[in-house]
Amino acid sequence: MSNPEAALEIEGLYKSFGKLEVLRGIDLDVVEHEVVCLIGASGSGKSTLLRCVNLLEPIDAGRIVVGGEEITAAGTDVNRVRRGIGIVFQSFNLFPHMSVLRNVTLGPRKALGLSRAEAEAEAGALLERFGLADKRDEYPDRLSGGQQQRVAIVRALAMKPELLLLDEVTSALDPELVAEVLDVIRELAAGGMTMVIATHEMGFARDIASRVCFLDAGTILEEGPPERIFTAPREPRTQQFLQRIVDAGRL
Amino acid sequence: MNVKLFLTAEAIILPAALLLAVLRSLPGPVFFPLRALAVIYADLFRGIPTILVIFMLGFGMPGLGVSWIPQSQFFWAVVALVLVYSAYVSEVYRAGIESVHPSQEAAARSLGLSRGQTLQFVVLPQAVRRVIPPLLNDFIGLQKDTALVGALGVVEAFRQTQIDQAATFNGTYYLVAATLFVAITIPLARFTDWLVARDRRRQQAGRLA
Repeated sequence: MSNPEAALEIEGLYKSFGKLEVLRGIDLDVVEHEVVCLIGASGSGKSTLLRCVNLLEPIDAGRIVVGGEEITAAGTDVNRVRRGIGIVFQSFNLFPHMSVLRNVTLGPRKALGLSRAEAEAEAGALLERFGLADKRDEYPDRLSGGQQQRVAIVRALAMKPELLLLDEVTSALDPELVAEVLDVIRELAAGGMTMVIATHEMGFARDIASRVCFLDAGTILEEGPPERIFTAPREPRTQQFLQRIVDAGRL
Repeated sequence: MNVKLFLTAEAIILPAALLLAVLRSLPGPVFFPLRALAVIYADLFRGIPTILVIFMLGFGMPGLGVSWIPQSQFFWAVVALVLVYSAYVSEVYRAGIESVHPSQEAAARSLGLSRGQTLQFVVLPQAVRRVIPPLLNDFIGLQKDTALVGALGVVEAFRQTQIDQAATFNGTYYLVAATLFVAITIPLARFTDWLVARDRRRQQAGRLA
């Protein structure tokens, strides 16, 4: 029943906050090396979906399978599951009391049990790769937003995740800083990283996604290859949403 | 005597209060009894006047006549101060813990850190840094309240002053005692200011000069 190639399978996922139903029956399969972009208005459930996959939010119904293992089963070790799933947040969420290097090595050292020397060698290589080598001893607040978000991505990558979730990672950035972060994500996609990306950057989604899902009111209303979704959306709600984006000059 | 009281009590208060604050922040219904106990404790010992606790323990406990109960009034003075000030300090810690944004916890847990590791490496270091000034407030309060212990007959600075003053009718002894207290609290205050400022300089950019 499980597809061996599937990195992520979501079936009938429901999630409410009190009386507010945020996710109402999400079904989504992501195969290895696929880049799936979630688009949709604010409040459509994109962020909640990603948080559920990382088990940061308990779900009400449905199941989530990552790499063949049902992670929503009772008794699952959430800490072990999370080690294999990276998430990057809209507001970076770096640890302000730690240097960049400590931010990046905290997970590998404490959750994976690497020695300090090993963790620092790996972190150093990653920071180097993303042009942050000279920032390793800085504290997050002394970096630009774009640099902070790149550090947050490196922090997630340091855990060597099989799946990376990106939650509107450029929404808190000044326009001129967006590109440096998107370039990093492009590089990851080219390297075959499996990613689920919630984004408002439609141009970026069109370039990078292997598949685009349009979320509306807690369901995936329409999905397909970006060429089709962005040029010939079938659902009226999708058409409306994209029209508004075009009118706002953002596509 | 005051310094010894203060240092002994403080060494116990800091970890004890932290433990109380952590107990109070435990989530879920499983921990309800522990949370409730911590709340009752804090309410009770913040509500009773310090001098009353000192009297109850200092005179009451040795007065019970139970052989294995320590008779030392110094011992009971320390216990009383620890009980009272742990309640205050635990609330200070709790304010610090609650001031750390939940997104910090989400970030740490998303890396696969356990709840305990998240508390240890991410939440508490930030919480404690933020409450250093109010912690100092309570240190100073404690340091001053060591003078109350004199009522038990433990000869601390204030008691000694009263004795000297009564012997000589010389009021300047009070001035000397006051100077002694201030001589300890002011350097302590400057030291914490320096500590906080150093931390800020390192971590924050764009502060106005």
